Amino acid sequence: MRNVTLILDDGSRFQGKSFGYEKPVAGEVVFNTAMMGYPESLTDPSYAGQLMALTYPLVGNYGVPPFTMEENGLATFMESDKIYASAIIVSDYSAEYNHWNATESLADWLKREQVPGITGIDTRQLTKVLREHGVMMGKIVFDDEPEHIPTADYSGVNFVDKVSCKEIIRYNEGAGKKVVLVDCGVKHNIIRCLINRGVEVIRVPWNYDFNDMEFDGLFLANGPGDPDTCEAAVVNIRKFLNSPVVKPCMGICMGNQLLSKAAGASIYKLKYGHRSHNQPVRMVGTEKCFITSQNHGYAVDNDTLGADWEPLFINMNDGSNEGVRHKTRPWFSAQFHPEACSGPVDTEFLFDDFVKLL
Amino acid sequence: MIDNNIKKVLLLGSGALKIGEAGEFDYSGSQALKALKEEGIETVLINPNIATVQTSEGVADQIYFLPVTPFFVEKVIEKERPQGILLAFGGQTALNCGVALYKEGVLEKYNVKVLGTPVQAIIDTEDRELFVEKLDEIQVKTIKSQACETIGEARKAAAELGYPVIIRAAYALGGLGSGFCDNEEDLNKLAEKAFSFSPQVLVEKSLKGWKEIEYEVVRDRYDNCITVCNMENFDPLGIHTGESIVIAPSQTLTNSEYHKLRALSIKIIRHIGIVGECNVQYAFDPESEDYRVIEVNARLSRSSALASKATGYPLAFVAAKLGLGYGLFELKNSVTRTTSAFFEPALDYVVCKIPRWDLGKFRGVDRELGSSMKSVGEVMAIGRTFEEAIQKGLRMIGQGMHGFVENKELKIADIDAALREPTDKRIFIISKAMKQGYTIDQIHELTKIDKWFLQKLQNIIRTAIELHACKSINVLDNELLRKAKIQGFTDFQVARAIGLENEMDIDDAILVIRNRRKQAGIVPFVKQIDTLAAEYPAQTNYLYLTYSGVAHDIRYEDDKRSIVVLGSGAYRIGSSVEFDWCGVQALNTIRKEGLRSVMINYNPETVSTDYDMCDRLYFDELTFERVLDILDLECPKGVIVSTGGQIPNNLAMRLDEQRVPILGTTAKSIDNAEDREKFSAMLNRIGVDQPEWSALTSMEDVNEFIDKVGFPVLVRPSYVLSGAAMNVCSNQEELERFLKLAANVSQKHPVVISKFMLNAKEVEMDAVARNGEIIAYAISEHIEFAGVHSGDATIQFPAQKLYVETVRRIKRISGEIARELKISGPFNIQFLARDNEIKVIECNLRASRSFPFVSKVLKINLIELATKVMLGLPVEKPNKSLFDFDYVGIKASQFSFNRLQKADPVLGVDMASTGEVGCLGDDSSCALLKAMLSVGQRIPAKNILLSTGGAKQKAGMLDAARMLHDHGYKLYATGGTSRYLTENGIPNELVYWPSEEGKPQALDLLHDKTIDMVVNIPKDLTAGELTNGYKIRRAAVDLNIPLITNSRLASAFIQAFCTISPEDLAIKSWAEYK
Repeated sequence: MRNVTLILDDGSRFQGKSFGYEKPVAGEVVFNTAMMGYPESLTDPSYAGQLMALTYPLVGNYGVPPFTMEENGLATFMESDKIYASAIIVSDYSAEYNHWNATESLADWLKREQVPGITGIDTRQLTKVLREHGVMMGKIVFDDEPEHIPTADYSGVNFVDKVSCKEIIRYNEGAGKKVVLVDCGVKHNIIRCLINRGVEVIRVPWNYDFNDMEFDGLFLANGPGDPDTCEAAVVNIRKFLNSPVVKPCMGICMGNQLLSKAAGASIYKLKYGHRSHNQPVRMVGTEKCFITSQNHGYAVDNDTLGADWEPLFINMNDGSNEGVRHKTRPWFSAQFHPEACSGPVDTEFLFDDFVKLL
Repeated sequence: MIDNNIKKVLLLGSGALKIGEAGEFDYSGSQALKALKEEGIETVLINPNIATVQTSEGVADQIYFLPVTPFFVEKVIEKERPQGILLAFGGQTALNCGVALYKEGVLEKYNVKVLGTPVQAIIDTEDRELFVEKLDEIQVKTIKSQACETIGEARKAAAELGYPVIIRAAYALGGLGSGFCDNEEDLNKLAEKAFSFSPQVLVEKSLKGWKEIEYEVVRDRYDNCITVCNMENFDPLGIHTGESIVIAPSQTLTNSEYHKLRALSIKIIRHIGIVGECNVQYAFDPESEDYRVIEVNARLSRSSALASKATGYPLAFVAAKLGLGYGLFELKNSVTRTTSAFFEPALDYVVCKIPRWDLGKFRGVDRELGSSMKSVGEVMAIGRTFEEAIQKGLRMIGQGMHGFVENKELKIADIDAALREPTDKRIFIISKAMKQGYTIDQIHELTKIDKWFLQKLQNIIRTAIELHACKSINVLDNELLRKAKIQGFTDFQVARAIGLENEMDIDDAILVIRNRRKQAGIVPFVKQIDTLAAEYPAQTNYLYLTYSGVAHDIRYEDDKRSIVVLGSGAYRIGSSVEFDWCGVQALNTIRKEGLRSVMINYNPETVSTDYDMCDRLYFDELTFERVLDILDLECPKGVIVSTGGQIPNNLAMRLDEQRVPILGTTAKSIDNAEDREKFSAMLNRIGVDQPEWSALTSMEDVNEFIDKVGFPVLVRPSYVLSGAAMNVCSNQEELERFLKLAANVSQKHPVVISKFMLNAKEVEMDAVARNGEIIAYAISEHIEFAGVHSGDATIQFPAQKLYVETVRRIKRISGEIARELKISGPFNIQFLARDNEIKVIECNLRASRSFPFVSKVLKINLIELATKVMLGLPVEKPNKSLFDFDYVGIKASQFSFNRLQKADPVLGVDMASTGEVGCLGDDSSCALLKAMLSVGQRIPAKNILLSTGGAKQKAGMLDAARMLHDHGYKLYATGGTSRYLTENGIPNELVYWPSEEGKPQALDLLHDKTIDMVVNIPKDLTAGELTNGYKIRRAAVDLNIPLITNSRLASAFIQAFCTISPEDLAIKSWAEYK
């Protein structure tokens, strides 16, 4: 394995070894504290442009499941059609794996999809640096190659445009109620959670004006990057909210932020984001608490929500917004991932709530 | 919010440590009491285990050293009138007792509310049939078992399910009376045994080879649920989880599998209605996502203690708060102190639990592991690679192993069989097999262990091979050395692998490697366990060391304020909770003095490894290497080696050579007491008598010495872990067997053999000295004559039947020894006394097993005193009158023979007890009765079987036999005993030994439950006697009939229950004995 160095923008350096595709790469370095689910995370489009460091040290243990597609166009075991993270950073990669459903090793998959992977990194120390400094840009360079590689940008870049579908895709056609899903980088399990509940999903590009379409409800999906770069989507959503015909709407993650923006709220960047399977949220005004899966670097500023809106969930650790709802109309969203994959499935009932409203 | 009517709460402890129920409940109970105290609730604790931390001053408001049985608990309830009771913190003992109290209507009668999980939910999980029904209601799959009430039913059920089947006794501790049956013959045997423990026996299909996965689940009364931790067994289903190597978090599960089981756990806990904590165990198909729920424990368990230590999430503390009515969202994460207790810990390390067995201590015991538990303790190792964690763990179990490789070669006749039929040595057999070229597939085929684990173990072998290829330290490159350290190799393993042992003493070789790697900057880093994988800043003091790192998580002050206390390691026979108590007392004292208390220990069952107990906890190895690593960072003011039993004591000399500041008695003095030669020379010099002895290195010398002094002899290898430390051998066979055992543990020091005095009393002196002057002491007396290991003996304190002159001499001799060795700190001397002849058997310059017992009876905390002495603080000599009081404490031993299939439940040669209790009474009989009932003896209803050994023992038992007859007991006796009783006018019925013809057969009377108690005293330890006696004793144990094998103890117990009724026993709390 070739020696590599992870260099952060503040000059911190971490020595490791390459086990994935051998090319230098730059991106935003983020950490994820989930203890399993690397195939799901790597294929989550929300990681586009990011070098994903896993705090759990042992990675690769159960290999990688087959990248098969179901008839409905959804990946059987993955969250999209390919790896979106720019690289994976781990402490102790398991070169050998064992699982009945695995068809290849993580290394082979990374190489096939030309994604770098590095091991031997003290990802706990890396996390502490990111926690104290905030997320940073960084690069992985090969020790036997020049250190200067093209830098990358993250903030201000419209990653949503890069990962969103370009054409309208229909799932479960003719099944019943029609849900327009605004694809900012949707995870396949969101679509699955909807079609499993007997609705037709019309997946549209992120900036598509769906308002003239025929549909029963609107779904705002997750996606990568800075919501402030997605003004076109916000305009469309605002139009939807102002329409005299009130239809239900649910959002997830980026969808929560876009819905909030459309409702007038502002967004800020978290110092180091929430990326884990163990984020506790409380439903505002109740004693109901949930463990959620999260992956976001930006949050809705609760104080800027309009008078007709209120927080629906609050993060129990840092008090940040975890969802909003309209006080009278059937519009709500979650900052976390009720579709899980990876992560706990405790909040999947939100899909039931949404489908009931249709 | 919480119920404000609850002002006083009763907590049931788990009693003596036994296999299946050990120190973890001291930890959970202590946490619960702390949680209640924080709420200002008055606490009452019933627990006869006097060596625990929870029964220490200030932990509970009132402490009762009484049996945890419905009878005594009701008496305490009647007296104390608590509003609430906690049943989930004292293991199966407390749970069973609580269910009985509930069913008898006692709780209702006294209006005592069960806090936390309702009793009905407990019953639903404990009764197998109800449990299956309950989970059927929510379509959760269980292992379908058929509850049978007769052997016939069991046979039918097994035939329907198809062999192999598993048999379990309902309502039993940790798989008691359970096992696998491959055919009807096995079933007949096991089922009979299981029926002796429980009226209901369960027969179910065996799922051998499936993965075993556990989840620790928490629920509050608002229905909020979390899973704090999941764990995966290294050993697949078929081996009791208490016998398995366990990894946390799971390593081989995908996201989908992990969350499928997690969601099921939450569904189950909601449906059953747990409020607090429970544990769900699954069997999981390695070839699909199919599963079965094995069981749900509606209480804190060994697994929950492990999960707490593995994650830093204080399950017992939180469960107690939830029992009071809190919601999880109302509590804080006690590690970060800023985030919520409603969260699931994210680990950034891997944890490995390995059981500690002591099967070598039992004659005839079945070494095969199965569905019932045999291990006596466990360790937890933390690392950032699997290889690091498992190698640390294999060292921690303290059985002379150095990790996965570089151990003494095991001699295994049939490796395939040894892999297929797991024993306590299996992991080392895997190592051997790998070295011999077995492939991972082959080993998997034989063991069913997931290949991923085997792949990781293979990595260790590969590195070892690379190291072996380096023929000298000069060709060992740093990259390889670093890789080896990341995989958990010690300097010892590296030194041995590169052959440094051939060039120099291994102790020097270790230092050569150490210096080499320090020069190369290959050092371990200190990491925190912070529950959130560094996502949030945490001020946690819960630490471990790893080579997979580039920076420390904490900054060292270098202020010389740290006092490092070395802990006692894995619980094992001879060293358990009592040293945990000692360690905790030392920590408390250090803290009170405003110094920084630092603990190094790795036993997840302990209170000393609760990060709340000290200012800094290193959950890591107690090897010379790791302790030095830590001391290099801590630069402490001093190190305490005298409160953790033999492990730290053994490190004293080598640490001293590295100029580690050892507090209290000097390392040189410790060596002078441990080294028999030096110690004996010193006794001769000061004119103190000792049994005739000789240090011998060859069998010829041994035989020559024995020809001179005759059997019995006392055999003692120096510097070994307790238990094998002192043993009596009465014949050649026994001697040879023991010498083989001893040779395994000690190479540097010769075996010492001494003349053994028969019918002598054994007396213990536990004391604290300062600069050679005794400032406090406790003299206690064994009820049994010398010959029963001091760890198994029943001990009374204060001594009741010693001559004044004997006591005076013991005090004088102890004073001389203390002066001579310049003792500063705790120490213990064992004496033999016959008439007024006093001989010293042994002296330990450290706290002994009996320190908590005598401290609590005396009400002077000897460890606090000793710690102050060691810290150089002024201490007042306690007033003499304090040593004079009007009550008696009895310490009795708990045996776990019922778990140890085929082991001979006879006392003597090796220490065999797994735990102890200590009870107080106004006189010896009262205290003894309470103590014996606490260790599971029962007062017989009617029929007693006597076989009372040799002439002397028969005579000794005569009064007791007469008393039994006078009190209306019916006596059955074997040949010689029957004759002797008849000659002395005591009516009895003759019964026959198994080797004799004739009816009634003793064994039949046991099997048909005619006999309520067996007194079986071996004449001597010859083989024929053992076969007959063994069968009777073993049957008594297997059929759960109380058994006593010592005539002095039997007499004392009979005297006690014939003269006092339990009804008459005073129900007094500890504080009420003044």
